Amino acid sequence: MSDNLTLPEQQGATGTSVETLLEVEGLTKHFPIYGGFPIKRKVGAVQAVDGVDLTVGVGESVGLVGESGCGKSTTGRLITRLLEPTGGKISYAGQDITHASRRQLAPVRSEIQMIFQDPYSSLNPRQTVGTIIKSPMEVNGINPEGGREKKVRELLELVGLNPEHYNRFPHEFSGGQRQRIGVARALALNPKLIVADEPVSALDVSIQAQVVNLLQKVQEEMGIAFLFIAHDLAVVRHFSQRVAVMYLGKVVEVGDRDSIYNRPRHPYTHALLSAVPEVAVDDEADDKERIRLAGDVPSPIHPPSGCRFRTRCWKAQDKCASEEPPLIQLSGNREGHLTACHFPEDPTTEPRAEDVVMDPALKALEDGETEEPAAKTAGD
Amino acid sequence: MTSPTKAEGSGPSVALDPELASTTEADKPKKLEGRSPGQLMWQRFRRDRTGMISAGVVIFFFVVSALAPVISSLYGKNPYTLYAQEPDYPFLLDDFAMPTGTFGGVSGEFWFGVEPKLGRDVFTMLLYGIRNSLYMALVLTTLCVVTGVLIGLVSGYFGGKVDYWLGRVTDFFLSFPNQLFFIAFMPIVTAMFVSPTDETPTYLRVVAIILVMWFLGWMSLARLVRGSVLSLREREFVEAAKVSGASRWRIVRKEILPNVVTPILVQATYTLPSSILNIAFLSFVGVGLVEPTPDWGRMFAIGADTYEQDPAFLLFPGAALVIFILAFNLLGDSVRDAFDPKTGR
Ligand SMILES: Nc1ncnc2c1ncn2[C@@H]1O[C@H](COP(=O)(O)OP(=O)(O)OP(=O)(O)O)[C@@H](O)[C@H]1O
Ligand code: SF4
Ligand SMILES: [Mg+2]
Repeated sequence: MSDNLTLPEQQGATGTSVETLLEVEGLTKHFPIYGGFPIKRKVGAVQAVDGVDLTVGVGESVGLVGESGCGKSTTGRLITRLLEPTGGKISYAGQDITHASRRQLAPVRSEIQMIFQDPYSSLNPRQTVGTIIKSPMEVNGINPEGGREKKVRELLELVGLNPEHYNRFPHEFSGGQRQRIGVARALALNPKLIVADEPVSALDVSIQAQVVNLLQKVQEEMGIAFLFIAHDLAVVRHFSQRVAVMYLGKVVEVGDRDSIYNRPRHPYTHALLSAVPEVAVDDEADDKERIRLAGDVPSPIHPPSGCRFRTRCWKAQDKCASEEPPLIQLSGNREGHLTACHFPEDPTTEPRAEDVVMDPALKALEDGETEEPAAKTAGD
Repeated sequence: MTSPTKAEGSGPSVALDPELASTTEADKPKKLEGRSPGQLMWQRFRRDRTGMISAGVVIFFFVVSALAPVISSLYGKNPYTLYAQEPDYPFLLDDFAMPTGTFGGVSGEFWFGVEPKLGRDVFTMLLYGIRNSLYMALVLTTLCVVTGVLIGLVSGYFGGKVDYWLGRVTDFFLSFPNQLFFIAFMPIVTAMFVSPTDETPTYLRVVAIILVMWFLGWMSLARLVRGSVLSLREREFVEAAKVSGASRWRIVRKEILPNVVTPILVQATYTLPSSILNIAFLSFVGVGLVEPTPDWGRMFAIGADTYEQDPAFLLFPGAALVIFILAFNLLGDSVRDAFDPKTGR
């Protein structure tokens, strides 16, 4: 399997030509809900992930983006096999690992690692930094040259921490530093794929960029493939070669970075993009389309029929309720840019003739005061 | 559980940003070894005066009972001899078999006085009584802690059906009325080993006492451990261990167990004194250790018989018990406070 590590031409803009490392097909996870008295029985299921297709190439960084509760973490946990999939197939380097047991998984275990969202609960408070980073090597019986301690110190240095912190305890570190320790732990096994579940969401904004830069450095220098989970498009913008947008347990649009950010087709991607707070880097920044969605994500217990986005979509028609849109390449899209929508938007992010404001209250407000629209931000 | 954030606030720890760390690290290499949560706890504990004093008292009791044979040989008496019948000590007891001396017969010879009726030496009786009770309580507490931790760990970590059934078993045992059960079952358990017509050897009585009390002593700890494990199991560091391929056994041992040591230790410091009280209770009602084995609890039974004529006899065992239980409970509180500075009170 070591020949997988041939570095692909990473900058290939479409990112679809690289050798596939991870392939996920129709991945499904339903959490059963039990209820009833006096005998408990299954009364329903949270359809947290419902038919996700995704590929990650060798050394490629893929962003997985969606609102809170849409099943991103569940997808990540399924891929790292922390959860047992209800259906679908996960193959890693050509090997089917969908239902592999711990023993069967052993050979590839070390190659798929995870970075967690919460830096406060992802490090054992009773272990020193050294022990934390060393443990994965112990479990897998890896004895690097010069001993494990030396390797740990190298890793600490790599992630921007003082190697002398070896004997310290997690409570002595700030959130950003803890997240670096988490990165070092994930790197201890020389993985080929890292699933990073919102690695910076819990951090201070000023620290976020540092950690993202660190991850980017790691990804580029070591050729590690990343599945970077985030809840908005801003964080993954400079990091990911490809981006998948998730909504309520399904991937609704996937494509290379350029396609997603500049030529999005799915209405939900448009909405997400318009919510990205833009620092005025270039003059295009201000004349972006404005979309304000109304309401919450529907419950994953009873998702809407047909297209799941239809309850919040401004283009929804009867067909959307009856027929589920397939994830396909629309005409005019680049190869690998797939969209699941019956009535896709134009591939542009130019401002529209009229802003899409779905929230009735916000709409009334905006109609009242016609001027100074710039002061308004999304109702989160 | 001490949450890490809290620990950060209460301890004098430094949390530097990586950028800052690289510039300031040169001038303080000595501070870098870091303090473990255990060391922080020890520091907090040392600042707690009540805790330190009660720890001293508790240690004193343990040392005294460990050294009981040495002390009594230096003192020159033992708890078995009926000194009133010895020719060396005439007139130890009066015609009503009560101590003749003042205050229960306290004198340079008999530091804590003389036992009414039989005329044994109270000091050595108490010494050995404490020793026996402490040893039994220690064994009992260890057994209860081990059982409770095992059951709690298993039901907390494995969850599901295992947890459900272990939970029901725990509930079942919790529903027994403790003291009635002890009294009722002591003879039964002893009878399982020896026929009731024979004389029961002392060690068998001890085993029976420990068995009966062990039977009903592990539940609170099992529940406590189960609760802690349930919450720990969901923590991301456990998932991180799973992702690295660690076995269940390793996760329980290395990730979960070190984090439940605190509540276990605290609970154990509460369990030990209550075991002592329970053991004393058994002897008091007459189903524990019997004559002539010296026993703390039975001294109260003797004292209760004669307190109207000789109130002084109860003073020493009673004071010792009160001081010991109080010190141990205060110690438990201090240990808990040291581990968990934000909770309690
Ligand atoms: N163990 C579980 N049992 C039942 N339901 C669950 C479980 N884990 C997740 N869910 C449900 O699955 C859905 C998706 O959860 P998930 O954590 O994957 O969302 P997410 O996209 O990661 O959200 P966030 O951005 O808030 O982390 C949610 O509705 C959640 O309530
Ligand atoms: S399929 Fe219909 S409801 Fe769904 S996103 Fe497209 S237009 Fe909107
Ligand atoms: Mg999540």
